[in-house]
Amino acid sequence: MSSLRLTLRERTAQRVDLAPLTIDLLAGRSLAAVGAIELASGNRRLRVDRLFTLEGTPGDTIEIRGDASQLDRIGAGMTGGRVIVQGDAGDQLGLGMTGGVIEVSGSVGAFAASGMRGGEIRIAGDAGDFLAGAIPGNHQGMQGGLVLVSGNAGDRAGDRMRRGTVLVAGDTGDYCASRMVAGTIGVWGKVGRSTGLAMRRGTVLLQQSPSTLPPTFNDCGEFPFSFLTLLARAWKDLPAPFGTLPDSGVRVRRLMGDLANDGRGEILIRL
Amino acid sequence: MQLNGVLIDDEFAEAFGMKATRVIITAQNLTWAYHAATAATGFATSVIGCGCEAGVERELTSAETPDGRPGVAILLFAMSGKELAKQIERRIGQCVLTAPTSAAFAGLTEGEPVALGKNLRFFGDGFQASKQISGRRYWRIPVMDGEFLVEETTAIMPAVGGGNFLVLAESQPQALAACEAAITAMKKIPNVIMPFPGGVVRSGSKVGSKYKALIASTNDAFCPTIRGVTRSQLSPEIGSVMEIVIDGLTAEDISKSMRVGIQAMVDLGPSEGVRRISAGNYGGKLGKFHFRLHEIMAP
Repeated sequence: MSSLRLTLRERTAQRVDLAPLTIDLLAGRSLAAVGAIELASGNRRLRVDRLFTLEGTPGDTIEIRGDASQLDRIGAGMTGGRVIVQGDAGDQLGLGMTGGVIEVSGSVGAFAASGMRGGEIRIAGDAGDFLAGAIPGNHQGMQGGLVLVSGNAGDRAGDRMRRGTVLVAGDTGDYCASRMVAGTIGVWGKVGRSTGLAMRRGTVLLQQSPSTLPPTFNDCGEFPFSFLTLLARAWKDLPAPFGTLPDSGVRVRRLMGDLANDGRGEILIRL
Repeated sequence: MQLNGVLIDDEFAEAFGMKATRVIITAQNLTWAYHAATAATGFATSVIGCGCEAGVERELTSAETPDGRPGVAILLFAMSGKELAKQIERRIGQCVLTAPTSAAFAGLTEGEPVALGKNLRFFGDGFQASKQISGRRYWRIPVMDGEFLVEETTAIMPAVGGGNFLVLAESQPQALAACEAAITAMKKIPNVIMPFPGGVVRSGSKVGSKYKALIASTNDAFCPTIRGVTRSQLSPEIGSVMEIVIDGLTAEDISKSMRVGIQAMVDLGPSEGVRRISAGNYGGKLGKFHFRLHEIMAP
């Protein structure tokens, strides 16, 4: 399978929108045609070949090398294939993507996986604020797919998330699962303050007991839910720690809330 | 055809196209999975009076079930997808949702989806929660013993119902023993059920009746106690006849099942009172699947 390698010539001073560089949009184009694509950077337009050196052939893989922390919307709207970012990535990674895989070896900015409907994002470093959250003006954040963060996530992870799974190996900031509509968030590290604020439905599965619990969540007791076996089996091929959840004998304490906003969400704390 | 001294009639079983699904029922242990499965497949011997034909297909180990608990697979057959959907919902709702510790999952994924827990979820009165896992949707319905986990839909597929064969034996105990041996062997074959009690039916029927209200009546040609006053197909040494009816997901499954069942009877032989094997049909005009005994038992 052919792949296109984009090596950043130098770190850009301004943010650049990389949304036009998806596998679907580049299919069938020559290297020269790809190089001629203009990208938005503030009020300017930048040619791709001015920003990157290009190698390979557009195919089912795009590899981005260099400090891409100023490059936003990498993999936005992609429907398939693989995007590999060697280093950091900017904001809105995988915005609205419906399929394919994005792998980032470093950390990513804010709003990663916002509006994502399918596919998979793997982040080896940290994720910024509003991971899988709704961008301003949108009513829903992530709506499907799987996001794995091996590091930490910022504040408001899963804000207005509607469907899909977000798993964070490290810690999350404050207001995790705020205004969450549905879906599943798993956190192996610590969570910040006010987890589940205004949460309507959905599941937050915590491997560690949080230091504080929101007052608008009520304790429902401790149970071995069968659906956790299904989750554990669905995750068993994922890298550690995500694939290590036992598929039997897991008991959790269930808190339901946010009672100030529908109150059908749940925070499950593994015992 | 003679096999081990048993006469195999040059007859065929006439079977019909049906719709079928498989549902996996799990519970805390096999006993309670069976309680739920037995209830869900109860009163399901014939579509004529029961709406569907159903039975336990096989036991499942913890490794074979979605939730890692022991379970059983049941198969349900009906004459139309609409009727099958109605029966699934009614039976899972009344017999599995109600059974302690149980859960229900789709046993078929390819085919037209029909509701399994899709409407049962409303029993949760607003406290139900859905969870999409690996592209499949499940409902978690709060119940008094914990939570009833049920998959949203199951799939239905075209299937075959009404495969059959008859054993003609010297006595009633010998006919029953032959059927028991056949059922034991046939239960090892996947994708089939024998929907009658214990897998055996003693009241084989013919089409029509002297009474206008009835569409079917006793198969008098095979009833030994009236052989002197009807057009009997029984020779003097036959004292009892029993039938095994098979529903299967495919015609091949039914053929395979009939073969092992008949072979088990043949193995008993005339010394155990097994004299003849026959099959039931309606002249071949009603059902599109014909299972010829000689072809099925061909070496």
